[in-house]
Amino acid sequence: MGFKRVLKEVKEYKLASVVTPLSMILEVAMEMVVPYLMASIIDDGIYAGSMPHILKVGLWMVLAALVGLLGGLMGSFFGARASAGLAKNLRKSMYENIQTFSFANIDRFSTAGLVTRLTTDVTNVQNAYQMMLRMAFRAPSSMIVALCMAFYINARIASIYLIALAFLVVMMFILLPKTSKLFSEAFPKYDALNASVQENVSAIRVVKAFVREDEQTERFKTASRNLYRIFVKAENIMVISMPLMSATVYTTILVISWIGAKLIVDSGNTALTTGELMSLLAYCMNILMSLMMLAMVFIMITMSNASAKRIAEVLNEKSDLTNPENPVTEVQDGSVSFRNVSFAYNYKEGGKPVLRNINLEIASGETIGIMGATGSSKTSLVNLISRLYDVTEGEVLVGGRNVKEYDLETLRSNVSVVLQKNELFSGTVLENLRWGKADATVEECSRACKMACADEFIDKLPGGYETRVEQGGSNFSGGQKQRLCIARALLKSPKVLILDDSTSAVDTATDARIRKAFREEIPGVTKLIIAQRISSIQDADRILVLDEGRIAGFDTHENLLKDNEIYREVYESQIGGSGDFDEVG
Amino acid sequence: MARGALGRPRPKVNNPGLLFRRIMGFVFRNYKIHCFVVVICIVASVLCNLQGTLFMRNLIDDHIAPLLLVKESGGVVSYDALLQNILRVALFYALGIAASLTQQKLMVNVTQGTMRDLRNELFEHMEQLPIKYFDTHAHGDIMSIYTNDIDTMRQMISQSLPQMINSGITIVSVLTSMIVLSPIMTLVTLAMVAVMLVATKYVAGNSSRFFIDQQRRLGGLNGYIEEMVGGQKVVKVFCHEEESVEHFTELNEALEASAYKANAYATALWPINGQLGNLSYVVCAIVGGALALNEIGGFTVGALAAYLTLNRSFNMPINQVAQQFNSIIMAMAGAERIFALMDEEPEADNGYVLLVNAREENGQLTESTERTGKWAWKHTHQADGSVDYKPLQGDVVFDGVDFGYTDDKMVLHDVKLHALPGQKIAFVGSTGAGKTTITNLINRFYDIQDGKIRYDGINVNKIKKGDLRRSLGMVLQDTHLFTGTIAENIRFGKPDATDEEVRAAAKLANADTFISRLPEGYDTMLTGDGANLSQGQRQLLAIARAAVADPPALILDEATSSIDTRTERIVQEGMDALMKGRTTFVIAHRLSTVKNADCIMVLEQGRIIERGTHDELIAAGGKYYSLYTGNQIAE
Repeated sequence: MGFKRVLKEVKEYKLASVVTPLSMILEVAMEMVVPYLMASIIDDGIYAGSMPHILKVGLWMVLAALVGLLGGLMGSFFGARASAGLAKNLRKSMYENIQTFSFANIDRFSTAGLVTRLTTDVTNVQNAYQMMLRMAFRAPSSMIVALCMAFYINARIASIYLIALAFLVVMMFILLPKTSKLFSEAFPKYDALNASVQENVSAIRVVKAFVREDEQTERFKTASRNLYRIFVKAENIMVISMPLMSATVYTTILVISWIGAKLIVDSGNTALTTGELMSLLAYCMNILMSLMMLAMVFIMITMSNASAKRIAEVLNEKSDLTNPENPVTEVQDGSVSFRNVSFAYNYKEGGKPVLRNINLEIASGETIGIMGATGSSKTSLVNLISRLYDVTEGEVLVGGRNVKEYDLETLRSNVSVVLQKNELFSGTVLENLRWGKADATVEECSRACKMACADEFIDKLPGGYETRVEQGGSNFSGGQKQRLCIARALLKSPKVLILDDSTSAVDTATDARIRKAFREEIPGVTKLIIAQRISSIQDADRILVLDEGRIAGFDTHENLLKDNEIYREVYESQIGGSGDFDEVG
Repeated sequence: MARGALGRPRPKVNNPGLLFRRIMGFVFRNYKIHCFVVVICIVASVLCNLQGTLFMRNLIDDHIAPLLLVKESGGVVSYDALLQNILRVALFYALGIAASLTQQKLMVNVTQGTMRDLRNELFEHMEQLPIKYFDTHAHGDIMSIYTNDIDTMRQMISQSLPQMINSGITIVSVLTSMIVLSPIMTLVTLAMVAVMLVATKYVAGNSSRFFIDQQRRLGGLNGYIEEMVGGQKVVKVFCHEEESVEHFTELNEALEASAYKANAYATALWPINGQLGNLSYVVCAIVGGALALNEIGGFTVGALAAYLTLNRSFNMPINQVAQQFNSIIMAMAGAERIFALMDEEPEADNGYVLLVNAREENGQLTESTERTGKWAWKHTHQADGSVDYKPLQGDVVFDGVDFGYTDDKMVLHDVKLHALPGQKIAFVGSTGAGKTTITNLINRFYDIQDGKIRYDGINVNKIKKGDLRRSLGMVLQDTHLFTGTIAENIRFGKPDATDEEVRAAAKLANADTFISRLPEGYDTMLTGDGANLSQGQRQLLAIARAAVADPPALILDEATSSIDTRTERIVQEGMDALMKGRTTFVIAHRLSTVKNADCIMVLEQGRIIERGTHDELIAAGGKYYSLYTGNQIAE
């Protein structure tokens, strides 16, 4: 149940959540009083010709209206306060929980999916909650009061209401599941339709290049037609409910009129009076209107339940990486070892291992090149070092201790990774660099940039280090972004530096200068460099060749050339050429 | 999904009358009769219900009271008249319910059908728009037209309009009765209605102001979440969680504040107007009482009682109309954006030269209805209607081409080049030099400002766009895949391709190996732009998609950049085979590609500054040389 979990987040808005229905009940109470006063104005004021009575009761009515207004406004404002507050708390809790997610958790949710949960789904729940607070008590209380009054007047006639009520409830139970089933079929179709619009908008060049406009339009129309059919089917069932409701109301009214009239006349206006009959008829409307309200609340809750469930998924997601109890907060040195390591993504759900039986000993300060074909699990291997994922079997050691023993923040500050998918954030260049070290001075930043060969273009920027970075770093070229990301990682002053294909868009000469700077400026740092270009790794101390998750070779460039076939093959395919043309700079 | 509209203020609708007519025109196009019947049904159900109300009002006076008198005087009580009247009213009720059921069922069709038509027309029109439209409009904004704007229109058509008609009829009939009873009292009621409208204007104005504010803040928060969650792995790697939460909290709280106000005002309208209605009742009772008791203007006590009941039923529909007003304004703003898209000029195509299958007989080209594997340009001369056939070869000439995305800023200057059939032309140069722009012009994604582009000697403006593009295969840097199976995605290049052709194309692109390893092979479903594949695999599919089309010319925007060197080499072999005999324009990022080119164009700031083969350019020792040796860093 999504809602149950979601309601836990009401927290400090409990008071508002309680006041809202109470205010609504106040409004309902006034709604019940006002007709009495109105009748009194007509019967005892106007027909009796008493102006003072009209004024007196009129004053009471104004008072009742004011009290009702107070109730109504309080309901509005507290209801809005409670629901907007719940929405705020939901977003906050989700966001905070997302921050604790491990990489494995992040992989399970797509970015778009998380954004939808944090925005659209929260808004749905917010609206449903507001409706619930305002109506869920108002409607039943109004109905119960009316029912009690009816039974007080004449139990026999009032029992007709119960029959009508029972009939309607039964009908609702038949209709609602049918429609909600159809709607739950329709909404994914609707999402899919919008997804296809999205696809066509972003891939319009492909559509036009292959002259597929007509075919895409046809496909869209077919999907749109199917959506139309299912919506029409669902709504056709839903629209029955209103006339059904009216039919019940009217039948009840006529039956009561008939029985009531006979009762009045037969008893000579004693068992039931004409005034009482009028009141009974008025309550009839009241009861059935409230029932309709309840049905609406019910529909709203069912419809937003899917959203609540999706929100609960994020809230309930537990990070599968946790800090140890007595964490080690210092990393001795930059040595890295793998002992019998196997690793599978989604191991629990039966994921196949992508790394098998890896054994490595890397000394502190060594430079290691890593190469292998796409899918040979280079990235998976290095991700285990800073514990972005946990191993499935075996252990990974940094500075002689199992990575699981370290405080996560300590470990990740000492093992600096430049991810394959580089992300810069909107802000200035300097702000982005300071992600590596919050209190870094401009000098420190420029030193890191110099090592990463980023200084040469930053200095040429009109704003220098204060230049704005657009969302996703879209105003920088791929090579520039990569160098900024390297500088950012260097600012952490790590003991282990991992570059995951981080210079692919940097030209060969600059790439070489970056490596030279690493050699000269930070000789004590263990460096692991994943690259496609042999030139980027051939001067490493040792090169690790991966093939389908296994170590196929781990030796120097010269030795590998001699006796490693995979390595030789790649090398031969690359000799003569030394690099890329684009992104020069 | 409902993301695009966020952060945009609701614009003022310029010509609401015209816009409304246009919306209705759209509804009426397929549902004129439906709408006519709907209006009749609404009128019928209002009238039928009126019969019921009248019966209730007169039940005591006309039936019960006389019967009581009969009983008191000892006469025989007969309920026949009452029964008859009840049955008559039951009939009216039944008719009313039937009418309203009919109305609602018809409205389901009208609403959903109109939505379907709107979506279809929007999509069909959108597919015809030039690339420029997509390059100059935020994709989120386009999406929000399909989701938010269509949804507000749906609400207006399905709920607001019928409600307005219904309320309108009630208002008119009640108002007439009120005027008949007492014109003076009617003025009192109308004065109170004016107060209600002023209150509505104030409350609804505040509410929509805060709603706009809320949407703007939601948009801001949305952007922040997207950026931070998108870069969540970086956040983790840099242990930046706390700062991230801190900033989020600021945005989140600001959003809550405006959401609270927007919703508070929006829900306050109903109680305020409801209680003003009660106030109106009291004022009328007092004024009417003063009139009736002093017998001013022939206003009787009975008339006042009747008038007060009418006053009550007058306020209800007024309140309903006030409630609908806001949603109609929202819908109009949405409709304006919907029609703005529909009014966008579609891609112009005056081409009349067609691409046809050809067969050669006695040295003469003739048109063929079958796929012959040989293509020709069918050139119908406009002057005399005579027809020429020219073989499709892939000879491309740029003659003094100037181009800018806007007229005031040119990005290409005086570009001249000649690609002979089967030649491979490589473009190199730094980002922003104009490489991609050149390839955008050959297939006429954009039209040039000055100069000429000729394809097999024909000015590309004369070739029908679809045929021109069919003759050019394309592999883009950003691979875009579609929801569907792998086979369907490859078949995108040629819809009638057989399974064998699909497999052959995949083999050529070296995609067959990885596809075969997938549990469901070619039937594997791809979703979310092929998110379940690696970047390299997606590119292999994009290459296969181009290969299956078997085009005579190719445009490659270096598709191999994230495939590892081993795979790349195998792909390269396949691509070389594909390129054989085809004119190829390639935006090169890789050395091996450049080296194999027949001619390399070095671009800088929109001009070709050097051209020649690899060896020639190296020997020349110019820009290309410095790019190649990496001795100079050009920023």
